[in-house]
Amino acid sequence: MTGTPLHLAVALDGAGWHPAAWRAEGARPGELLTAAYWADLVTEAERGLLDFVTLEDPLGLQSAAFHRPDERTDQVRGSLDAVLLAAHLAPLTTHIGLVPTTNVTHTEPFHLAIGIATLDHASKGRAGWRPQISARAADAALFGRRTTPQLTEEDVRDPELIAARLRPLFAEAADVVEVARRLWDSWEDDAEIRDAATGRFIDRDKLHHIDFEGTYFSVKGPSITPRPPQGRPVVTSLAHASTPYEFAAGGSDLVYVTPHDHAGAEAILAQVGEAVERIGRNEREWPLKKFADLLVFLDDEPGAAARRKSRLDELNGGELASDAEIFTGTPGDLADLLLSWRTAGLDGFRLRPGTLPHDLAAITRGLVPELQRRGVFRTAYDATTLRGHLGLRRPDSRYAHRHDRPSAVPSA
Amino acid sequence: MPAAGKKAEAQAGKKQVHLAAQLPGIHNVTVWSDSRSRSQIAIDSFIRLAQTVERGKFDFFFLAEGLRPREHKGQVYDLDVVGRPENLTVLSALAAVTTHLGLAATVNATFNEPYDVARRLATLDHLSGGRAAWNVVTSFDAFTGENFRRGGFLAESDRYTRAAEFLDVARTLWDSWRDGDVRADPKAGDFLLPGAGRFAHRGPHFDVSGRFSAPRGPQGHPVIIQAGESDQGREFAASDADVIFSKYNRLDEARDFYRDVKGRLAGHGRAEHELKILPTATAVIADTDEEAAAYADEITRAQVSPQTAIAHLEAVWGRDLSAYDPDGPLPDVEPEAESLVLEGHSVFRKGRGETARRWRKLAEERGLSIRELIIEVGGGQTFVGSPRTVADAIDHFVQSDGADGFVFVPHLTPGGLDDLVDRVVPLLQEKGVFRQEYTGTTLRDHLGLNAPARDTRPVPGERPVRSEKEAS
Ligand SMILES: Cc1cc2nc3c(=O)[nH]c(=O)nc-3n(C[C@H](O)[C@H](O)[C@H](O)COP(=O)(O)O)c2cc1C
Repeated sequence: MTGTPLHLAVALDGAGWHPAAWRAEGARPGELLTAAYWADLVTEAERGLLDFVTLEDPLGLQSAAFHRPDERTDQVRGSLDAVLLAAHLAPLTTHIGLVPTTNVTHTEPFHLAIGIATLDHASKGRAGWRPQISARAADAALFGRRTTPQLTEEDVRDPELIAARLRPLFAEAADVVEVARRLWDSWEDDAEIRDAATGRFIDRDKLHHIDFEGTYFSVKGPSITPRPPQGRPVVTSLAHASTPYEFAAGGSDLVYVTPHDHAGAEAILAQVGEAVERIGRNEREWPLKKFADLLVFLDDEPGAAARRKSRLDELNGGELASDAEIFTGTPGDLADLLLSWRTAGLDGFRLRPGTLPHDLAAITRGLVPELQRRGVFRTAYDATTLRGHLGLRRPDSRYAHRHDRPSAVPSA
Repeated sequence: MPAAGKKAEAQAGKKQVHLAAQLPGIHNVTVWSDSRSRSQIAIDSFIRLAQTVERGKFDFFFLAEGLRPREHKGQVYDLDVVGRPENLTVLSALAAVTTHLGLAATVNATFNEPYDVARRLATLDHLSGGRAAWNVVTSFDAFTGENFRRGGFLAESDRYTRAAEFLDVARTLWDSWRDGDVRADPKAGDFLLPGAGRFAHRGPHFDVSGRFSAPRGPQGHPVIIQAGESDQGREFAASDADVIFSKYNRLDEARDFYRDVKGRLAGHGRAEHELKILPTATAVIADTDEEAAAYADEITRAQVSPQTAIAHLEAVWGRDLSAYDPDGPLPDVEPEAESLVLEGHSVFRKGRGETARRWRKLAEERGLSIRELIIEVGGGQTFVGSPRTVADAIDHFVQSDGADGFVFVPHLTPGGLDDLVDRVVPLLQEKGVFRQEYTGTTLRDHLGLNAPARDTRPVPGERPVRSEKEAS
């Protein structure tokens, strides 16, 4: 490979990212909750040597409206817990990273941390995580233990307005991520000693209370699950505005952004850079990978992808809208676009297939070979962990040194 | 036993044995110092044990739970295996490498919320094609609560009321989608029926409403397991569970427990075969009874090391006893009933004064050292002998109504049930008391449980809102 390699991930969600994708030719709408459906998708992604797949998890029932439930019956509804789905896919694959989304507003930080650590154990070092706050006030009633801000039609027009209204939830989410990272570190790597001579299974001095006390909750620790293979699974987050950029800068290893062109990518990366600076993160010690999200429809024949998308738009009763740029075209066109955008400073892309399995296969069998021909994408996996694919080193436990090193992140 | 259950068994000739396996968690069963002992965390260990017992046609594979490492005298307890993965995550992985084996997770009702747990269990049921089970436990202590948002501990008297309401909400959620609510009809453009998943519940512990995002799983409801032994716990099992675990694996005690628990079922309008009673058990197998006895002795002594003996005594005595000789007599000092030296372990919480008196009496009568006493009260191994001896004993135990089967816990991870599967199961099959092949695909099939039937209620236009207890 010449030059820095391009990183590629796919975002898997239901029947694909077009709301009418389940009605597309080749869709398997009756199988969206079966193991076989997901096994086919993730093995296809692995065949394409992709860095990782992400698995969405709305927690509540899906809705066409960003901020409230709907009563639509013509779109996919119903979903599985993404951490469990990722774990299920782990033994069926060997290299690809598995990155589930979880809600962090209504769940228990301790359970989340051990779930992701367990995914890392089950996949032998291929776990990532996308913590997501709950933007729908209605989700709170599912749990019944708190309320969260009800966004208005006015709010949802602008990502900055959304983020401003949800700022307390982002602050709490930052605490959740911090707790998870501390729990992953709470067992030093060599805590298990099995010392028959003294009868000790572990060296108890290598397990640490994390003693987290925040505004929203406290967690004592240590974890019940030993430090995972990657040390810390890869934390990723999707961000569209200044508050979430700061959230990413504070606790993520990788951020997904949604530019619409090269100039937009430059502008966003500059904002991310400012957030990194505000937080005081040292990117040399702890790099933040930047991926751009794109929603894609791909066909070899020019014009076919656009026609396919219009048919689905028609079925759905309106043109597809997305936070991310929507691309229709050939794998060659997409390769051109990715290579031009990346010069803005992107490390890679997360592609959201418009329809599944069609656009996934177009990525793995059309786009990937095209990128390989251009010498910018791997032709074989050269690592077995997700950190390995991304070129991220395995961190030491923060507790592993007597002299406490100052943490790069202020604990909120 | 009511007519239906009796008839089914008369037809089959003898009572059928149910077998489950547990990858040992946090206690001194695991002889981790044995050179054959492997990781209790690595997924390969779980896969190996699960595939072994599936080869043996076991009903299910079970994982216990503990949400904070135990602490002894203020420090993490270090003599036993420490550390375990998250149950449902491991079992979801195992669903990919097994085809029939039931997958049972312990999930606490105190430190969780029903929406999340119901959804995760429904997910496991979907991913496994109908093999999920939930062991509903009710630990409540403030020590564990320090890891959770609520700081979440409960008054002891509230733990079962919360658990019962928790389960009620979970069932409401599982019933909020009916079979067939997912239409997925691309021509008509109907993905689902209107209102699918709508629910509401209001009660003392939970006030929740909205729409549940997990459509009904293959089993409708996962199999419900319970492991309480108090009066409250037994009532909870009799009214709400499909399986109850117990620690009673000596035939006389087991028969008392069995009679008591089965006797409670009629009061809840249930038949005796609707609740399976499965004590925890171990098996030590060798070519001859003599060799097995010697091996069992060796295992038991490894399980109760001198340090472990002192630690167990300290847990009951509530004080530091490290100055005492494990091979000497019991301490001359009295227990401190109020202080707790072992945190995170339910067994040593209650009645310690009474336990200490009983132990002292036993040790004096029999002239036992500290370590000998701990070995004695620990109960040793359940089944010891040649494959024939063990098969006969298991069969006898079940036929004489000590149990409906057992949850076997191996002393070695993950190879510790190889002999049971390869040498004892064939003998049970020969006797006609254990299946030759799986006859169904779901865990409910294996356990012979029909409830709840697949939901066949007519679908109304508007979903009824179930309020507290309306449905029970
Ligand atoms: C076989 C068996 C397995 C158990 N597994 C767990 C477990 O994994 N986690 C847990 O917190 N408690 C576990 N328990 C404890 C029970 O849930 C319960 O708290 C205990 O038996 C005391 O209940 P009681 O107060 O109703 O007597 C188990 C008990 C038994 C007998």
